[in-house]
Amino acid sequence: MAEIEVSHLTFSYDGKRDVLSDMSFRIGEGETVGLIGANGTGKSTLLKLLVGLLSDHQGSILADGVKVDKKSLETVRRKIGYVFQDSDSQLFLSTVYEDVAFGPRNYGYSGEEVEKRVMEALGQVHMEEYRDRQIYRLSGGQKKLASIATILSMEPKILLFDEPSIALDPRNRRQLIHILKEMKGLKLIASHDLDLVLDTCQRTILIAGGSIVFDGNTRDILTDEKLLRENGLELPLSLSRST
Amino acid sequence: MNKLQQAIAMLHEVDSEAGRSGDRSRIHPAARLFVNVLFILLTVSFHKYNMMGLLSMGLYLLITGIWEELSFLKGLKRIRYILFLIALLGMANLFFDRNIIFQFGSMNITGGMISMATLFIKGVFTVYAAYFLLMETGIEGSCAALGSFGIPKGGVTVVLLTYRYLILLLKEVQRMLQAYQLRAPGQKGIHIRAWGSFVGLLLLRTMERGKDVYDSMLLRGYGGEGLWKEAGSRQISSGLSVVYAAAWTLALGALRVFPVFQIAGSLFG
Ligand SMILES: Nc1ncnc2c1ncn2[C@@H]1O[C@H](COP(=O)(O)OP(=O)(O)OP(=O)(O)O)[C@@H](O)[C@H]1O
Ligand SMILES: [Mg+2]
Repeated sequence: MAEIEVSHLTFSYDGKRDVLSDMSFRIGEGETVGLIGANGTGKSTLLKLLVGLLSDHQGSILADGVKVDKKSLETVRRKIGYVFQDSDSQLFLSTVYEDVAFGPRNYGYSGEEVEKRVMEALGQVHMEEYRDRQIYRLSGGQKKLASIATILSMEPKILLFDEPSIALDPRNRRQLIHILKEMKGLKLIASHDLDLVLDTCQRTILIAGGSIVFDGNTRDILTDEKLLRENGLELPLSLSRST
Repeated sequence: MNKLQQAIAMLHEVDSEAGRSGDRSRIHPAARLFVNVLFILLTVSFHKYNMMGLLSMGLYLLITGIWEELSFLKGLKRIRYILFLIALLGMANLFFDRNIIFQFGSMNITGGMISMATLFIKGVFTVYAAYFLLMETGIEGSCAALGSFGIPKGGVTVVLLTYRYLILLLKEVQRMLQAYQLRAPGQKGIHIRAWGSFVGLLLLRTMERGKDVYDSMLLRGYGGEGLWKEAGSRQISSGLSVVYAAAWTLALGALRVFPVFQIAGSLFG
């Protein structure tokens, strides 16, 4: 029963200004949810809170039934995979294989199992042929796919993506959308790429001023030009063309 | 390519070449670390005037280099800046030690000259040994070896992360330098007035990046260990490793104790 339950979450970096205030929502098993909002509204902050990279929040966060706090970090992180906005932060070993194997090795899987997981993860993002490639020889888009594979190899129940389509060319972006759709498990995708959100997420949460402005059907919010504009966003291209 | 790009490319190159030496890779990194440390200790322990004895230690590097198919020239190119520094340090000897040891033709050879030379050779040998170790086992392997000698995990992690941080730092410098130069056309280097903020920003940015990288490690189950686990499914032969370490211990010991070159010379002379 992998789900996320956030209630009355309030967080501030400096103890003065709340970046998130009194936020509550619940995401059920297998759901794919988009997280949108203008720059600096706290999308990345929220994702980091969910995996416990930021602490000292008020309110509670439950991930797969476990309360996220300092004591539960290890348990929580086994359940949640987090794909960084910037792939250079995610990838730090020398080859693609090494990096994708890093997580499974840390969890103490046997050599065989590690190999199997790595190849499966690379297969999911269609990067098998790059397995022995030096990371620094990858293009930006390939790095993104590789960094997604580093998370998939751990087979987390919950996946958090921060701007997954950044740095991808149209073809790779389409591939990413395809990959996201294929992927099982709970997904929360923070993105400015509203077309991607429209394509992959049934449900979308819009945040502004530290709280949730809208939480519901993706198509409803992404066609509501007035609401989007009020919150510093614009209609997705695919919809603005047709209307 | 500018110097910076060269340096980054070089680190990447070392990374990709390191630790991939086929059959020879069956020797445990710990055995290699042991032999290399022994080599360095014995090398450094030579008296500052004992040039011949010191040079005989070079046999170890020679044999290792050939056996591992490591290029001395490539190595020299990579460590040349460090050698330059050592040479500078060694110069001081010229002024402190002016005893005349012997005369070469009409030239007075002072103790300072000899000790400068021996210091330099010791430096070259030490750096080469460290470089070879890195090339033989890779950074992860070297760290594994440190770990298996009881160096605390925290310490080993620092070594590994420092190595990785170096690459981040260089990349960040490059990025910032490019951004700067694009907005200051025709200017060579960075204006002195911009230095302070440049360096400050650089530190902040790399620290931020370093923290992100560390976070991503934590999120993938990293608990302060296992980071330097053996790459791939390398087969370690403990028999071979023990023989390797024992043989070199004997050989290095002999080189240290006996004046090998003189003995060889008297045999043939
Ligand atoms: N480490 C930090 N210390 C202090 N304030 C921060 C820190 N990181 C972010 N903030 C502030 O918190 C707010 C939310 O930032 P966050 O990065 O979560 O926004 P975001 O929605 O992810 O934005 P973007 O769309 O640009 O990625 C911003 O106002 C930002 O200035
Ligand atoms: Mg963000």
